[in-house]
Amino acid sequence: MKNRIILIIIALFPMISFSQDTLKGMAMTNENGQISGIPGATVYWLDTEIGTTTNDKGWFTIKYKPEFTKLVISFIGYKTDTINVTSLNQEIHHILKDESELDEIVIESRSKTTSFSYLSTTNIIKVSSEELLKAACCNLSESFETNPSIDVNFSDAVTGTKQIQMLGLNSPYLLITQENIPSVRGASQAYGLTFTPGTWIESIQITKGTGSVVNGYESIAGQINAELVKPLTDEKLFVNLYGANNGRLELNTHFNQILSDKWSTGIYLHANNRSKENDHNGDNFLDMPIGNQINVMNRWQYQNAETGWVGFLNLRYLNDEKQGGELNFNPDTDKLTTNAWGSEINTNRFDAAVKIGYVFPEIPYQSFGFQTAYSKHKQESYYGLRTYDIEQESVYSSFLLNSIIGDTRNKFKTGITFTYDRYSEMVELVDYGRTENSIGGFFEYSYDNLDEFSLTAGIRVDQHNKLGFFITPRIHLRYSPWEKGVFRASFGRGKRSANVFAENQQLFASNRTINLIDSGGKIYGLDPESAWNYGVSFLQGFNLFGRKGDILIDFYRTDFTNQVVVDWENPQEISFYNLDGKSVANSFQTEISYNAFNNFDLKLSYKFYDVTTDYSSGNNSKPLTPNHRFFVNIGYKTPVKNNSYWMFDATYNLVGKQRFPNTESNPTEYQRPEYSPTTNLLNAQITRIFSPKFEMYIGGENITGTTQENPIISAGNPFNPYFDSTMVYAPINGANFYTGLRFKL
Amino acid sequence: MKKLFLFLGIVLITLSATAQNKNAKVSFEVDGICGMCKKRIEKAALNTKGVKYASWDVKTHMLSLIIDERKTAVKTVQENVAAVGHSTKEVATTEEAYNNLDPCCKYKDEEIVKDHEK
Repeated sequence: MKNRIILIIIALFPMISFSQDTLKGMAMTNENGQISGIPGATVYWLDTEIGTTTNDKGWFTIKYKPEFTKLVISFIGYKTDTINVTSLNQEIHHILKDESELDEIVIESRSKTTSFSYLSTTNIIKVSSEELLKAACCNLSESFETNPSIDVNFSDAVTGTKQIQMLGLNSPYLLITQENIPSVRGASQAYGLTFTPGTWIESIQITKGTGSVVNGYESIAGQINAELVKPLTDEKLFVNLYGANNGRLELNTHFNQILSDKWSTGIYLHANNRSKENDHNGDNFLDMPIGNQINVMNRWQYQNAETGWVGFLNLRYLNDEKQGGELNFNPDTDKLTTNAWGSEINTNRFDAAVKIGYVFPEIPYQSFGFQTAYSKHKQESYYGLRTYDIEQESVYSSFLLNSIIGDTRNKFKTGITFTYDRYSEMVELVDYGRTENSIGGFFEYSYDNLDEFSLTAGIRVDQHNKLGFFITPRIHLRYSPWEKGVFRASFGRGKRSANVFAENQQLFASNRTINLIDSGGKIYGLDPESAWNYGVSFLQGFNLFGRKGDILIDFYRTDFTNQVVVDWENPQEISFYNLDGKSVANSFQTEISYNAFNNFDLKLSYKFYDVTTDYSSGNNSKPLTPNHRFFVNIGYKTPVKNNSYWMFDATYNLVGKQRFPNTESNPTEYQRPEYSPTTNLLNAQITRIFSPKFEMYIGGENITGTTQENPIISAGNPFNPYFDSTMVYAPINGANFYTGLRFKL
Repeated sequence: MKKLFLFLGIVLITLSATAQNKNAKVSFEVDGICGMCKKRIEKAALNTKGVKYASWDVKTHMLSLIIDERKTAVKTVQENVAAVGHSTKEVATTEEAYNNLDPCCKYKDEEIVKDHEK
């Protein structure tokens, strides 16, 4: 046994392997997030007779010559992949895609960091870890800045939190999962995305429009799933340091250890500190809160190729502290007084999750999985004179069976889900504590004629103590009438209970009075939200001057049957009430990506949003949501020499004018115009890869220094009734430059 | 809840226990060259009632199947594959079916086979 461990460890270090003219690697499969080696896979150099097969653990060793660049890996039941091999000093860790997997992308000969799928039935965008290296991506919320499908906005001028939007709707309407377990929801809605460090993310899958019924009924506008790094495949040691001139310092370390041929474990540590007080606009308010975060995760991975069992155990602890407000605010003496306006937000979170999966060894198309997750999220906070405390204890369990009907063209997934959420919530002196639970069953059928047509139709039924008994249908269609041309259509329904305070926490950083219009519903006196989402898209791959490109056009419409309307139109008040009338979000996006010359990629995107709601004051567009957005991303990689190369990336965003909520009733000095000006945002980063072990990067965010001049209304007198920090349309802090390094073994 | 899992567990165990001849694994060589052949071969195989899973390897020319032996026989699959133009050792394709193949799939033509090797 011991010898075997040593052998595997040796195999992990291509650097110290003796023979220099062989290439080592491992062929693996990913079954529902569980990665295991494939024994007996065929590995050969393209256009040569040199080939081999993998051993019983999935490892292979193959003769290497510098003229060999394309390595082909194939295995029965999986898509055959071709990998570019640039040097001997890399070890190949390759995951083969299940031939029948719908939600995945074919690996092209030249890998793209963000890719659309030609084969998937849903409109899904896959973001690889390489894409995440294009920007500092300190956490999950920042990792979408190079991606046009998701918009990153500022929520308020006090907490500096970035909020994401898709199809013109805020993140509560998205289902955000971590390895298919719902993660950012309920109490963590406002800040949850900043609680997943960027280096922990292996890849992100973004589904536009209605999602799959497998992960629940909550998704309305789309779904974002983040896969985290796995102990078996992640670097044995990884260190990342980051520092920025705004005073933000970050440290990330990963330690992974393969304990035996079945067990591996990893410890991931993230710490950040923001202690520098910045006030560039001179309004006496911090541009960004100061604070720190400690985030520790331990993962255990089990896989047994002989029996077909795989498993994961995850434990995570987080502590995050933020302090914002006036520069002279001292929490010890000024907390909840009118000496100075200040805010502290302290979050503690514990997560535990277990996943178990089984693939029938004799029947590769049949498998089942069980997952259960527990989390306890506790936020204690105050904003000026208002206190807000929320604690959420959650349990999520699901059991899933995958199999076929007749043959592999007809597949199904079925299972049951159980959720439990206990909230204790105190808004100033009002107790909004409650318990929600649900049990549901789902069945999803997918048909693929192995050619131009595929379909996924799912249905789920749920019994929820607050939402009642309801049915959620969702359908996706794909039709590919010609080569590289794909039409898709989807429609489906989503339903959720709005956590009005947790989701709109920025309201506390204003002196608006809260007006919750109780209409006898079960959640804060309000009814559950429900909406239909319809979408169509067209994707066409093309070859222009011998270079590959894609053009994508999509249109989505979300039609609310009920919504908890968040009404900011009275500057002294924020109101929450049930929708009476129509609320519609239309989104149109077109995107062109083109590999203009070797190693140079260009992405252009234009988006049009039309989001309108019937407010009590009449139909109006959603405030602070631009109609037009334009996006450009360019990336260039220099040819690899002695294992080292440069990477240059730049992203430019042009954001159209945005409507301010009505401020007419305020005194003139506290009014805002009807519309904000158009804003520009430019980010760029240069990365130098010195070797596969070491790289450094330097970059700038908001290089042109676009800022909003006067982001806080009544900043000079934060205790008068007009104080409001929520009217933010542009960055608060000017240009920010950062540098960092990544070291791996 | 617990009972439900127990029930599902029992269902799965019985499924796999009776799965012996219902899920027979077989593989044999089928002539062909390219990705288009792969699609055609697998489709023909899956179109045979009783074939649950089919995968043809472009490199080794091996067709791997999982079939329900009570519903079909290997011979039937081979006949169906031959009917769309792909020969096996046991069942040769007809001239007509072979001629219907796309030009790039003419595996009997050495020049075309060579082209694919480039």
